[in-house]
Amino acid sequence: MEHTIQLICQTTALSELRKFLNKNLSQIMLSEKDKHQVILAVEEVCANLIIHSHHCNGSDHISLNLRQEDDRLVFEIMDKGKAFNLLDYEAPDLKTVISEKRKGGLGLILVKKIMDEIEFESQGGTNTCRLIKFFGS
Amino acid sequence: MLSIETQQENQHYILQPKGEIDASNSVQLDESIRRLAENGAKSILVDGSAIEYISSAGLGVFMSYLEDFQEQGITLKIFSLSPRVLEVFQILGLDQLIPIFPEKEAALNAN
Repeated sequence: MEHTIQLICQTTALSELRKFLNKNLSQIMLSEKDKHQVILAVEEVCANLIIHSHHCNGSDHISLNLRQEDDRLVFEIMDKGKAFNLLDYEAPDLKTVISEKRKGGLGLILVKKIMDEIEFESQGGTNTCRLIKFFGS
Repeated sequence: MLSIETQQENQHYILQPKGEIDASNSVQLDESIRRLAENGAKSILVDGSAIEYISSAGLGVFMSYLEDFQEQGITLKIFSLSPRVLEVFQILGLDQLIPIFPEKEAALNAN
């Protein structure tokens, strides 16, 4: 099983992303709870790229490839923007988010809590963020 | 798609967001809460029964008011979240910071 979607870099594309994931994850043996959470995690990474790396520029695109391997689901998010390595990002703690009245900062905490593995690479101007969820984890 | 209805019950203001809350529309939620606070509301309740989905953009809106509301004596409570939306609050531990109730009556009766 493998599916790909290309999204324009605007936040309105996020509902299209959820529809794509809902449709293609329905064929997978995943609990409703896990399905909902992985959709959220993938959306958080895409929203972060759209807003912070591409500044909602509708002429830019990101692509998402979803595939099932033996024991895992792999979500590969590719873009050509400024590289944002999720692994280098130190998520703020909740107290900081509250005291600074930040409306952002929570998304990447969610991604790290929901996904089992996160990989990042940047080659030839293309950034790839790989989110991995093991079945039954 | 997100729509937000507001109604008043005695001294309580009840917000009901309907639909999916994400980075494209969380500003609507933000504006609705801010407007109530600016108009003098001291008790804001969010009816979560029609929230189908919430991403961190929506969660961040609630978080951003916690400190100000505490200083201003405004209470913010949420009730009737679906189990999967509640789980998102729980993953981040937000259920420990924002009072969340299973139903409206419990939210209204809580101090």
